[in-house]
Amino acid sequence: MVALETDNLTVRFGDFLALDGVSFTLPESAFLALIGPNGAGKSTLIRALLGLVAPSSGTVQVLGQQPGQFPQHIGYVPQIKTFDRSFPALALELVLTGVLRGWVGRIKPEHKALALEALERVGAEKLAARAVGRLSGGELQRVYLARALVRKPKLILLDEPATGIDVIGEKDMYSLLERYRAESGATLAMITHDLDVARYHASHVAILNRKLFGFGDPQTVMNDDCLARAYGHAHHHHPKGVTL
Amino acid sequence: MSWFLELWSFPFMQHALLAGAMVGLLCGYYGVFMVQRGLSFLGDGLAHAAFGGVALALLLGWTPLYVALPFTVVVSLGITALRERTHLGGDTAVGIFFAVSVALGVLFLGLKKDYSVDAFAYLFGSILGVTGFDLWAVALLLILSALLIPFTWRSLAYATFDSELARSDRVPVRLLDYLLSVLIALTVVVSVKVVGIVLVASFLVIPAATARLLSPTLYRMTLTSSLLGILSSVVGLLISYQVDVPSGSTIILSQAFIFVVAALVSGKARG
Ligand SMILES: Nc1ncnc2c1ncn2[C@@H]1O[C@H](COP(=O)(O)OP(=O)(O)OP(=O)(O)O)[C@@H](O)[C@H]1O
Ligand SMILES: [Mg+2]
Repeated sequence: MVALETDNLTVRFGDFLALDGVSFTLPESAFLALIGPNGAGKSTLIRALLGLVAPSSGTVQVLGQQPGQFPQHIGYVPQIKTFDRSFPALALELVLTGVLRGWVGRIKPEHKALALEALERVGAEKLAARAVGRLSGGELQRVYLARALVRKPKLILLDEPATGIDVIGEKDMYSLLERYRAESGATLAMITHDLDVARYHASHVAILNRKLFGFGDPQTVMNDDCLARAYGHAHHHHPKGVTL
Repeated sequence: MSWFLELWSFPFMQHALLAGAMVGLLCGYYGVFMVQRGLSFLGDGLAHAAFGGVALALLLGWTPLYVALPFTVVVSLGITALRERTHLGGDTAVGIFFAVSVALGVLFLGLKKDYSVDAFAYLFGSILGVTGFDLWAVALLLILSALLIPFTWRSLAYATFDSELARSDRVPVRLLDYLLSVLIALTVVVSVKVVGIVLVASFLVIPAATARLLSPTLYRMTLTSSLLGILSSVVGLLISYQVDVPSGSTIILSQAFIFVVAALVSGKARG
């Protein structure tokens, strides 16, 4: 089965071309690392997979469906936490949006148990009753991860999930994600700026900078030439043999 | 108790208490979303739009409610559309419509020449002169709102927390924005006759702001704000009867008093 498939996916914001003819096919249970320089369109690609931005042309298929059809199967950790910090919410309630796909009123015991279990898995059970607006960056990241996992997703889309997480926590997070993938057969797609993570954890890597510069097995795709071409573009010069 | 029963024996007082409690409840409920969405100023803006609508009705010689309702709903939808399509902040969009509505209201009244005191009854409300018709208008909106809560509260709250996250879960965020703006416009119009254009904004903002200080969750905030809306109306009306001063001011002052107490209590709790 195919988890993700894009064909000639192009996204424009007005005159600005954010994604240009991106085509790839990712099999089920794969672990995709999505790399590329800042402004490369990585988050835009994830948002297109979620149905949050419409393609200007080309097609997208997610778990065999149009994007946005089955959000209950997708766990999403956004890059920028755009929520309103003055909103009265407990970490537990944010996690519960992962189950309810709506905000929670009075909390049922079985829902509470689910949320606590998810928080425990990311090592954040102590945060359950804390106000979301007062969490630190790394704490917030863990709560969002718990929110993504609690719905037992078939596909997890992570936009720079390691941001703000400490070294030990980062290791824990990767082993947690690996374990979840092994147990459930879920597909992972993760944006990262850490090339080692892409090289040593991922089954597939996509090198993006508006166009797709490489896609496939990390060992073959992540060669200096391909990386230099993709990252060189971001700085609008083309140095030979950039060390990354 | 007998004092209250004596009060209750006056039909005008019954009407006033019912109207005050229902308006307090409605405004307390919708105020939560306005305060959390940074739209506190919207209440004022729509109340002044209602003034434009009332003035137009007086000019045409029609029933004010029937003109003010569509007029205010259109203004509210306009504000929402302007916010959605441009990068203007909510307060800027409100400010533009606010000014235009007041200008139109003044123009309509000016054209009427022999404008009576009617318009001024709307400025400050006439809770002790509430008619059966006014009561029904408020009650109908209250029933409609109560029927909508099971279908809308969860999604409205989710979209208020983070519209992008809600959208990723297929919450119809745009539709809800427009629905909320219509419901708030209706709330403002039916409240204006009771509490007046000048004071309706405080009904929408003060109980919700007070509830925010006292509540760790949006669910609690919603309940608290709705209850405070009712409580401050009833207390304010009773005080106004007892001391024989205009009820609008005693209600708002009751709201403000509770707010100050809440601010002190929550300030202390925070250390
Ligand atoms: N809604 C939007 N409207 C206009 N331009 C946008 C919009 N969203 C993204 N862009 C632009 O598209 C480009 C790609 O943005 P995107 O967020 O996808 O980059 P990214 O690869 O995730 O970068 P980073 O590593 O910094 O997170 C950027 O230049 C950005 O300014
Ligand atoms: Mg990004």
